[in-house]
Amino acid sequence: MTNLIVELTKYLMIFFFALYTYEGFSAFRAKLSEKKRSRIYHRQLLLMYLIHLSAYLAVYAVTEDVKMVLFYLFQVLFTVIVMSCYHLLYENGSKLLVNHMCMLLLIGFIILTRLSFEDAVRQYVIAAGAFVLTLPVPYLVRSVGFMRRLTWLYAAVGLLGLLAVQLFGATSHGAKLSLKIAGISFQPSEFIKLVFVFFVACMLYERTDFLRVCLATAVAAAHVLILVLSRDLGGALIFFITYVVMLYVATKQLFYFAGGLLSGSIAAVIAYNLFSHVQIRVLAWRDPLSVIDNEGYQISQSLFAIGTGGWFGMGLYQGMPNRIPVVKEDFIFSAIAEELGGIFALCLLMVCMCCFFLFLNMAMQMKDQFYKLIALGLGVVYGFQVFLTVGGVTRFIPSTGVTLPLVSYGGSSLLASMMMFAIVQGLYVMRQDEGNADGSKNKKTGAKEKRKSGKTGFDSQVEKIS
Amino acid sequence: MVTYTFLAVFLCLMGYVTYFEFALSEQFINNPYNKRQELFTQKVIRGEIYSADGVTLAETIVDAEENEVRRYPCARIFSHIVGYSGHGTAGLEATANFSLLRSNIFYGEKVVSDLQGEKSPGDSVYTTLNYELQLQAFDALGHYDGAVVVLEPQTGRLLAMVSKPDFDPNTIGEDWEELVDEDNDRSELLNRATQGRYPPGSTFKIFTTLEYLREHPEDYTDYRFSCSGEYTEGHKTIHCYNNARHGSEDLKEAFANSCNSAYSSIGLELDLAQFHAMCESMLFDTDLPVAIESSKSSFVLEEGADTSAVMETAIGQGQTLVTPLHVALITGAIANDGVLMSPYVIDHVSDDRGVLVEQYTGKEYGRLMSSEEAAVLKEYMGYVIEAGTGRQLSNDRYEVYGKTGSAEFSTSSKASHSWFTGFAHQDGKPDIVVTVIVEDSGVGSEYAVPIAQEIFDAYYIE
Ligand SMILES: [Zn+2]
Repeated sequence: MTNLIVELTKYLMIFFFALYTYEGFSAFRAKLSEKKRSRIYHRQLLLMYLIHLSAYLAVYAVTEDVKMVLFYLFQVLFTVIVMSCYHLLYENGSKLLVNHMCMLLLIGFIILTRLSFEDAVRQYVIAAGAFVLTLPVPYLVRSVGFMRRLTWLYAAVGLLGLLAVQLFGATSHGAKLSLKIAGISFQPSEFIKLVFVFFVACMLYERTDFLRVCLATAVAAAHVLILVLSRDLGGALIFFITYVVMLYVATKQLFYFAGGLLSGSIAAVIAYNLFSHVQIRVLAWRDPLSVIDNEGYQISQSLFAIGTGGWFGMGLYQGMPNRIPVVKEDFIFSAIAEELGGIFALCLLMVCMCCFFLFLNMAMQMKDQFYKLIALGLGVVYGFQVFLTVGGVTRFIPSTGVTLPLVSYGGSSLLASMMMFAIVQGLYVMRQDEGNADGSKNKKTGAKEKRKSGKTGFDSQVEKIS
Repeated sequence: MVTYTFLAVFLCLMGYVTYFEFALSEQFINNPYNKRQELFTQKVIRGEIYSADGVTLAETIVDAEENEVRRYPCARIFSHIVGYSGHGTAGLEATANFSLLRSNIFYGEKVVSDLQGEKSPGDSVYTTLNYELQLQAFDALGHYDGAVVVLEPQTGRLLAMVSKPDFDPNTIGEDWEELVDEDNDRSELLNRATQGRYPPGSTFKIFTTLEYLREHPEDYTDYRFSCSGEYTEGHKTIHCYNNARHGSEDLKEAFANSCNSAYSSIGLELDLAQFHAMCESMLFDTDLPVAIESSKSSFVLEEGADTSAVMETAIGQGQTLVTPLHVALITGAIANDGVLMSPYVIDHVSDDRGVLVEQYTGKEYGRLMSSEEAAVLKEYMGYVIEAGTGRQLSNDRYEVYGKTGSAEFSTSSKASHSWFTGFAHQDGKPDIVVTVIVEDSGVGSEYAVPIAQEIFDAYYIE
């Protein structure tokens, strides 16, 4: 009987999640009426609850533990509260983004429950706290005007924070990542990613003359350098790519982009020759099975998991995801692929892509260059991080040890990711206000604006406003 | 532009993940380090292993209480090549582990057994092994320690593989402690055919001859040597077997006589760097292209080695070590015009109802020598049977080509390992390679050759 439930729910979850993903992309379509759009969001919500229910049916069938039921109910409550709060407080926000955020969080809860119940509960508590903390963020983004004048504060916080980790940080898995303050260990670099995006936006939104670019580049390079010295390769790459892309969009000069990538490649070659830990990563990437006893162990275990899981997965509790070292953090994607299946994992990847495009779309629509750069920077941080972690665990690229935002276990990563989503949510709200202001000033341009945003198909709310 | 760049990157990533699931995942699933294979044992009854002529080599018996016991009807005869499953896995039980634990029966049927909580029958593995030849080789080796390899040079199909001392896979559980005991120096679990490393003795003259051919492509037929039963250079003296005087001989005669004096003098003429490179290209210090556990042969003669090391190496003594399978593969390449076929043991995998799941065919490993070189070596090996140390194999039913050897393995005693490697041809039947090593016996012609003869006879004369 247990077997049957696990097998059945496995296929149901794949089916529901595939539908969910499809709905997510169909919401991008242009020319969707407000009604249809809202129906999509509601269908997604329903699918989300169905996936969640199926998963916990399987969890209960295997564990037969009442506390799982309790935990399930708590998660449903959490989701309902998050949904209602966002819908009530930020009527103009992006419902799609809230849906995806909840979906990713729930998938994280499901797989963490399977890996370690205690950690799942801890993750749940952190998520609840993070939700309370980040709830006012969209409001703050809209109302705090001096954000763009704190350029050097951002730089100081970022550099000092990273330096503190480099000097006093605890080493885990060969990299210095976390600081311990008052008994609580956290990873400053997760938050400094956001601060860094704000810094670059401040530097480049007004002027992009050569001197200004040089100054920004120097500070950005300092960030990257400290991260390399802390052996946080993934972090260094994220900061680097984010800066290069933001610089390119701010200056619109391909020269900076190409120059950035070229110097990055040169730096990578130098790092490869200089640091043995970089060489080890590359070796483990090229032929993990030949060094399976040492360097290649982790990636090999990950590939065994994904491979053995196949397209449909082993079913919850039917695989051996705990054989992969650091599975809860950096290798959560492999655990999902193993037990929930390759199709499910691909859908997950597509949902992450969907979030990324929502971020970028926001960037394209913002008129204020400062907010535009913020949206873009956060989008790149998010998208590139997803690429690094999924590419790393599947051996598409060498593994760099970064987390999957909102899904992986870890307080700092979770809080920072939720903050990121909240900031973008704030931009969405503001974007609608911009449209509103235009509309009251000049009805003609307001109407034009409406048609324009209708075409891009992201914000149905415009229609409601005018 | 940023959007499209990222979109392209993401699409590549998704394409890669898809490709991984379709094409690459198999190699990772099958890896012996993948402990997830054990998960399949909960859902599948391990499949059977059969010989090419339909004899059951391994099967799982399920009793009334649903206890599963792995049984090996042929017991010791196939102990190393089929291996065991229970105390870990070895042999085919290890390499075909995943196939045996996978059930390719109709999906609906599988769902039904899932519902009823029953196990599905695993797929069966059909090997290339020939029961009659294996039995013949097993009996012929008798109470001696050693190994026999029989394979088809044109396809790479492995027909028989015997290693002694052996063990009974049916009682591996009870015998385990004794088998792995520190004081047990018989190493019954070692598959000597693929993992045993022996001095090659005179069979190595095949390599020395090949190197000489390469250094004298035009005038090797002009080679002459006058054998007085021993050859001295510096402080080193090499004797011919029984100090026999072979008199004046050319290269072909020296090969057929297995003349140590001639070959140690040839060794001193060779370009050692080139010799070393040639041996590396002949699979020395290389993993053999075979799926079962194997050891690397080693050739250690470096440029600038001293005279005595060069002389000993040229006649197959010294530091050189080979595995019987390696010798069989090189012999196979000579039989197959210089092209080596990768050896394989699994012919096909079928599901419980006999529906084919996967068919395996011979794969070319590559060309080891030109067809001219192969032809010269074949001619020389034919002369060994016609007028040399392998005369007793000469018969009018099938043609034989081969090389004998006896390898001294201890400096203190006169005991030696007895070698034979060769192949035979009869119109209308595939050629076969037979490589035999009999440990601690005597000269090749006395111990190894008769074993090879029994196998050839069993194969070519019903
Ligand atoms: Zn002689």
